[in-house]
Amino acid sequence: MMTDAMAAPAHAQRRAPTRISEGNTGPVLVVVLAIVALWYVAAVLMNWQGTADAFERAGESRSTREIAAASLEQERPMLPAPHQIVMELKKTVIDTPITSRRSLVHHGWVTLSSTLVGFGLGALLGIVLAVLTVHVRTLERSLMPWIISSQTVPILAIAPIIIVVLGSIGITGVLPKAIISAYLCFFPVTISMVKGLSSPDPMQRDLMRTYSASISQTFWKLRMPASMPFLFAGLKVAVAISLVGAIVGELPTGAQAGLGARLLAGSYYGQTIQIWAALFGAAILASLLVGIVSLAERLVVRSMGARPT
Amino acid sequence: MTRKGEAVLEDVAEAVDARGATVAEPIAAAQTASRAPVVDIRGLSLTYEAADGPVYALSNVDLQIQDGEFISFIGPSGCGKTTLLRVVAELEQPTGGHIKVNGVSPNEARLRRDYGFVFQAPALYPWRTIERNIELPLEIFGLPKAERRARSQAQLELVNLKGFEKKYPWQLSGGMQQRASIARALSFDPKLLLMDEPFGALDEIVRDHLNEQLLKLWDKTGKTVLFVTHSIPEAVFLSSKIVVMSPRPGRIIDVIDASTLGRHRTLDIRETPEFLKIAHRVRQGLRAGHSYDD
Repeated sequence: MMTDAMAAPAHAQRRAPTRISEGNTGPVLVVVLAIVALWYVAAVLMNWQGTADAFERAGESRSTREIAAASLEQERPMLPAPHQIVMELKKTVIDTPITSRRSLVHHGWVTLSSTLVGFGLGALLGIVLAVLTVHVRTLERSLMPWIISSQTVPILAIAPIIIVVLGSIGITGVLPKAIISAYLCFFPVTISMVKGLSSPDPMQRDLMRTYSASISQTFWKLRMPASMPFLFAGLKVAVAISLVGAIVGELPTGAQAGLGARLLAGSYYGQTIQIWAALFGAAILASLLVGIVSLAERLVVRSMGARPT
Repeated sequence: MTRKGEAVLEDVAEAVDARGATVAEPIAAAQTASRAPVVDIRGLSLTYEAADGPVYALSNVDLQIQDGEFISFIGPSGCGKTTLLRVVAELEQPTGGHIKVNGVSPNEARLRRDYGFVFQAPALYPWRTIERNIELPLEIFGLPKAERRARSQAQLELVNLKGFEKKYPWQLSGGMQQRASIARALSFDPKLLLMDEPFGALDEIVRDHLNEQLLKLWDKTGKTVLFVTHSIPEAVFLSSKIVVMSPRPGRIIDVIDASTLGRHRTLDIRETPEFLKIAHRVRQGLRAGHSYDD
């Protein structure tokens, strides 16, 4: 039989963790810089006419260079320059107290709370549907078409209906928005969990059969752990979508607070900088949420003894 | 048909006679007269419908396996050797005939957890350490934790995997993983050990080592082993009895007694005339089975 030495070389080979993030920083930075540069060019081009017209109306004649500089400092530009968005973010996130209605943190929190409730509900619903689908053959046939067709309905059409219906039975506030985001985000969880729960190979399943394991034992000791990587893949998509759902839920209601409300108000009053700042706020929030799910994934996968990659 | 072909057919006829006679052999009869066979298969058939007509995976199979025997099933692919093993394990349902495992139906035997099954691949659960993989059946049977730990420790020692209990499957070589899967099959002390080409994916050297270890394990535990293989030397080296099978329809064409090689064997016996004689007979049987195709 083999000695311990046989396992040793393979082990040593896998141990050295190679951090490639250092190698990634350079290319990422180049891409970001290229985008920013392009953005500035686009901002100058798109705001040029407006800026030039404004100077003309004021009866001032300016040089090309001055017009270009001014086009990046418009109050309501067609396309705000990156530094304007950064300044707006700084102003509404850091300089404004959180309690103020002008604070983006305040609006972000409103959206985040319905995002998290919706994500929780959606993930739970997604997992339950997947478990049912995998275990009950008839449900797989009867439920799956509905699950899929639910996602073909435009959420913008459904959102006002949900808000109105729930409002008429006295449910307002976070819950209607959360339900809209749950409606969107259960889907990727269901799809990935169905795949994950059916991922054990025939041998792993036969093994359970030779032990005369019950359905619930097979579920908890084989299907559930095997589905974990699939679950997290689904959750990462779901958490980003549930933020979209929460924002969409704020649009048709004329909500007073939330990133959606901020977007809507910005477009009413032509506050392009405010719109873009809210957009960036949403994007940052989404990446934070996905990052948290990724972190949870790494912790879970590590505790399950996965091979480090 | 050539002369040679006729001779082969005669051999088969002899072999079939020999099959009927094996049970009646004086020593075997003396040992087992009082005991019922551990596995009793009579007239077993398994047919399934494929797109291009019925497939006779097993046809009229008769076999009695006595307690403590090491039985190898050998034959080309499609001869039904794996199917037969899976019928014993109740992973497949026969379409005809009778089968008793430990005196009861395969279903009762499975529910009673009478056998441990070792698959072609280790089929270890990658999220469990080796130790916890071995304890998996014990967890399912509801044994207390201390008892589980004690048993897995004993099994790890038995398959020489001491010191690897906290490792995950991917940290072990293929041979070590398969040993862990054997330990898992033995952890609940089943009467029968069913092995489906367990070393098929391993290289020759590792396989030799594992064969030796398996024989020692068999000797120590006294289990009845049903072992599916497609390697003639492996079958002869391990077995007390070799069942030669043939495809289309899947059936037994020879049962060869190899207990004359003794119970304590080393790899050296593969050079002895007795070993080569038995290997030759296995080879002849396999060839005869194939001549039906021509």
